[in-house]
Amino acid sequence: MTRITETFARLKAEHRAGLVAYVMAGHPFPEATPAIVRALILGGADMIELGVPFSDPVADGPTIQAAGQVALGQGVLLPEVFSIAKSIRSFAAQAPVLAMTYVNPIFSMGYEDFSRAAVEAGLDGVIVPDLPAEESGDLLAAADAAGLSVVGLLAPTSIPDRLQKVCAASREMVYYVSRLGVTGARASLDDELVSNLSYLRAHLPLPFVVGFGISTPEQAARVAPHADGVVVGSALVDAVKDARTPLDAAELALQFISPLADAVRQSQGARP
Amino acid sequence: MIVSLSPRAGADNNQPLPDSRGHFGLYGGKFVPESLISALDELETCYRACAADPDFQAELATILHEYAGRPSGLYFARRYTEALGGAEVWLKREDLNHTGSHKINNTLGQVLLARRMGKRRIIAETGAGQHGVATATVSALYGLSCVVYMGEEDMERQALNVFRMRLLGAEVRAVSSGSKTLKDATNEALRDWVANVRTTHYIIGSVVGPHPFPMLVRDFQAVIGREVKEQLATRFGAGALPDALVACVGGGSNAMGLFHAFRDDPSVKMYGVEAAGHGLATGRHAASLEKGTPGILHGALSSLLQEAGGQVKIAHSISAGLDYPGVGPEHCWLRDTGRATYVSATDKEALHAFARLSRLEGIIPALESAHALAFVEKLAPTLDKRARIVVCLSGRGDKDVEQVQKHHAHEVLGEK
Repeated sequence: MTRITETFARLKAEHRAGLVAYVMAGHPFPEATPAIVRALILGGADMIELGVPFSDPVADGPTIQAAGQVALGQGVLLPEVFSIAKSIRSFAAQAPVLAMTYVNPIFSMGYEDFSRAAVEAGLDGVIVPDLPAEESGDLLAAADAAGLSVVGLLAPTSIPDRLQKVCAASREMVYYVSRLGVTGARASLDDELVSNLSYLRAHLPLPFVVGFGISTPEQAARVAPHADGVVVGSALVDAVKDARTPLDAAELALQFISPLADAVRQSQGARP
Repeated sequence: MIVSLSPRAGADNNQPLPDSRGHFGLYGGKFVPESLISALDELETCYRACAADPDFQAELATILHEYAGRPSGLYFARRYTEALGGAEVWLKREDLNHTGSHKINNTLGQVLLARRMGKRRIIAETGAGQHGVATATVSALYGLSCVVYMGEEDMERQALNVFRMRLLGAEVRAVSSGSKTLKDATNEALRDWVANVRTTHYIIGSVVGPHPFPMLVRDFQAVIGREVKEQLATRFGAGALPDALVACVGGGSNAMGLFHAFRDDPSVKMYGVEAAGHGLATGRHAASLEKGTPGILHGALSSLLQEAGGQVKIAHSISAGLDYPGVGPEHCWLRDTGRATYVSATDKEALHAFARLSRLEGIIPALESAHALAFVEKLAPTLDKRARIVVCLSGRGDKDVEQVQKHHAHEVLGEK
């Protein structure tokens, strides 16, 4: 069994949703990333998304855009992301780590070379926010051959017509973009969300995680009963941005993730 | 690589392009966040229905005539021709359209689509401000709210157009990320669209972006070439064709508009002129077709100026409208198949052409169009005096006069 499928099986046995933490590789500096990820896993994160910096991140809001610029300014491109992933894998045997990247960096490297290098670096999957099912055939073929899971995205506008198409182009799990808009912390989650999540729970053949806009333990607790995983991104990126040393970064990450980890664990009993 | 880079990949002759998935051979496609897919599908369905609907076509033709002032003239530039000493140079006067450029052809078409889809809010990106002005104009015309994204650097270069848009009731939002030019304005417009897709139509200003935009913008601009064909036939008899077509290429909409009607006339040579900025060798240019490699930006696979690792490069041109690191996917296809030829003109060459046309014809061209003229000045002397070149004078130069006066007065006034 792969790390992703294993993790969802374990979460199911524990009757709870997983906590997925997004980290921009190389932010605020390259040595910080493995330290942050170690703290996140210690603090209760079940799965890691490793952001690949890109010059034109159209699906991201200002926080992740700025973090990507900081990482790019220090020369963090795919080879550096792979070496960061390798050092994460040296201490994290079980946690799935997925690359979150725009399509051009991996297209430019070549889908086959990318897929092979990603698996070699210990990555379990890849999420590409600007590669819809219509265009993901070439990547899927290359990733399937290498044993890398392509995770498709769903949005509120995909319900109900596109569920099947996206699932057919996804491996092991699906990522639900909980609201229209770019990434970024929000004050509140919209009311449509819970009804959409119930719909997905009833109709999706794959486990799904929910992201875009979740920043507080309260929000995580509200979403967790209705999903297989809750993603926290921009708020975490914001929490570590001023770290000066790897130890600093780890402490900030741990402080941030602990209450969120408690929130998803306490939602255990609330699962329908 | 799974994709084939062979220039003839998928080249079934006579197969209409793009294919049903929006691809021009290797290029094009729909590389956008999932949130936008349903809006793109809705737009394509609406567009295909309108393209086949005589009422829609009649409404568009009427408004292009009565409001935008079409047809635009096809003018023989006698003194310019004599000075170059070769082929006849004919100017397709898109600068005489309402709002001063070809951009209005597309914004009128798209605003009618937005109305059919019931979208009450319009957004756009703009570089030189010509597309922003044309979008603000049609939004005013139909009483729709309008937000235009513009890079901070471009807002400074084109302050007059910023004021124009505001006067027309549009909100102009400054974009301060990245290069602060057209590329970043397009990123912001895409972000806005993702957030507001249910109520908003994004009027893309060129033959770029995800399918169906490259197709529908081309079709709305194709009126340029269709008129040229009719005008030449009226003047020289049925079947009269030009020997060469020349147009500037940033994203490439005026060039596609001029070329499209002649795609099946192999005797007509097509030249697209990109911005060579400080010179192709300096790396400070916007020549995506000559110097780019296959890459994906703003929803489409095209020829892209990029660094190692697939990071997008910052383009450079004196002309804000050409200052873009990508290009329309159909131009990549025309380049690979050899149907069109792409060349470039430097900032300096464009300034000289800007001055020469002003002085010899009493027509101040937009700096974008001046790039096309700069190539005409090289091409015309190599051709027979009986040959005819049609160049798309895509816009008027009023918007550029202040910047040219500020930074290049000695160059343009010293030109004889």
